[in-house]
Amino acid sequence: MNRLNISVSPHFHAKATTRSIMLDVIIALLPTTIAGVWIYGLRSLAVLAVGIGSAVIAEFIFNLIAKKPCTVGDLSAVVTGLLLALSVHSNMPLWQVAIGAAFAIVIVKGVFGGIGQNFANPAITGRLLMAVSFGEMAKAAFPVADTVSKATPLAVLESNKMMFENGVYFIKNWKGDITGQTDLLSLFLGTRGGAIGESCTVALIIGCIYLLARKVITWQTPVSFILTVFVLSLIYTKDFNMALAYTMAGGVFIGAIFMATDYATTPYRPWGKVIFGICCGAITVLIRFWGNLPEGVSFSILFMNLLTPYIDKWTSKKPFGGEKQ
Amino acid sequence: MEKNNKLSIVTKGFFKENPVFVLVLGTCPTLATTTGVIGAVSMGLAATAVLICSNLVISLLRKLIPDKVRIPCYIVIIAGFVTIVQMLMHAFLPDLYELLGVYLALITVNCIILGRAEMFASKNKPLDSMLDGLGMGIGFTIALFLMATIREVFGAGAFAGIEIPFLKDHTVSFLVQSPGGFLVFGLLIAIVTLIMTSLGKKAPELGCAGCPAAAVCNSAQGKCPEKEVKKGEAENA
Repeated sequence: MNRLNISVSPHFHAKATTRSIMLDVIIALLPTTIAGVWIYGLRSLAVLAVGIGSAVIAEFIFNLIAKKPCTVGDLSAVVTGLLLALSVHSNMPLWQVAIGAAFAIVIVKGVFGGIGQNFANPAITGRLLMAVSFGEMAKAAFPVADTVSKATPLAVLESNKMMFENGVYFIKNWKGDITGQTDLLSLFLGTRGGAIGESCTVALIIGCIYLLARKVITWQTPVSFILTVFVLSLIYTKDFNMALAYTMAGGVFIGAIFMATDYATTPYRPWGKVIFGICCGAITVLIRFWGNLPEGVSFSILFMNLLTPYIDKWTSKKPFGGEKQ
Repeated sequence: MEKNNKLSIVTKGFFKENPVFVLVLGTCPTLATTTGVIGAVSMGLAATAVLICSNLVISLLRKLIPDKVRIPCYIVIIAGFVTIVQMLMHAFLPDLYELLGVYLALITVNCIILGRAEMFASKNKPLDSMLDGLGMGIGFTIALFLMATIREVFGAGAFAGIEIPFLKDHTVSFLVQSPGGFLVFGLLIAIVTLIMTSLGKKAPELGCAGCPAAAVCNSAQGKCPEKEVKKGEAENA
């Protein structure tokens, strides 16, 4: 005889948990982490360890003080710490990394109610705290093997002093002297100055493909973000290769793939994600070309994080038969 | 207000009704002048002086000032005292005068002073009003001192301009910038609220009397459009 089970809905559960999603993100970040350590040397391992360690410790202590259930096991603090450490360069003083990670966890996430309640991406906000506080953020680390470069491609983007000649970009300082060089291949492989995790474009793309295949993220935000940066750079520079260089030279890829796809702080509807990505790209380009700062990815994502509730409101679907708002 | 409770009029401003952390008044000078301890304390003391004097005069004139033009009258009185303080400072403490800059003149429109004039001095006797001004002023100074200490020690690695050996190499300059000011401000309000609730004391419900905009605000005069809508809905139902 068949046994009839009667239970309340839901009858089917997705297997995804916070922990499994965070684990997927960590796996997707592995290629760029390995590439970063390979390119920038063992010092970056210390930065990564401090970033992750202090994020986890901060989460543990905050939960203890706030008398909340311990949420270290869901790995979200690990992801925040890892992303934060990947978005700074490998010569950052370790105590500054620790402060950035603790700020991201306690102030941006914990105080606002923990995971899922944060108003902005913790890693981005922690990075920006470090950017406005510590002058060391402006100096960049350089590939271990590289003795030529003296400035990041991005440090000169603002004044548009990157000169293109026979596939090699000569980086000039404000006087016009050539201080370094880079080319599209090294931008793609990441052998250039920059943050630990932002430079190796190919590793980031591998991570993106993994996340898409695992359905952790959708394609809308990364694609619209990166395309917008590319198209606007193309319009500004009127040179295809230059636009490619601008797209790969900063933190666009890591921002678009890993930070602009955070669940809590980005729109949940597909069109909302597209709007989010386009606006992020546009703000990034605006800050790069006309702003005071060489890079605008973090600020653009933070700014759009704040606008996310409004985008959600505009793009939310009207339920069938639902009342007019 | 109980008559023989003069002491509580003074002390309530320190903590229970701290103008900055509980009444959330005077936020602008609080954020602006707390980047350093010296500036914060002198700002607090200057505001205290103005607060005591203006509360006294407003309390003395409370029956003479017509209700409809009371805000301009208060402003004139307060501005008078601010000018006196400003001139005295310019003459005797020129360094401090330079340090505080425009914020000294802005004491005129400091919400604490206008708020206490409206909330307390216009309804109470001169002596009580002076004591209230003293208490609120000290509370303001304490709040500024606390915030400035946190911001200067961790943001600039110094205390009142004296460098602290270890911290001066490990500064988080975010704290002395304006977003850091908002952050410290919010955290201190949270801590004060936490202490208040754990002591079982609720923050006082202030109503609309303390709000300088009460005269023009619809909700303060019972003409709030939301209320009318709700009333209308109730009638329809």
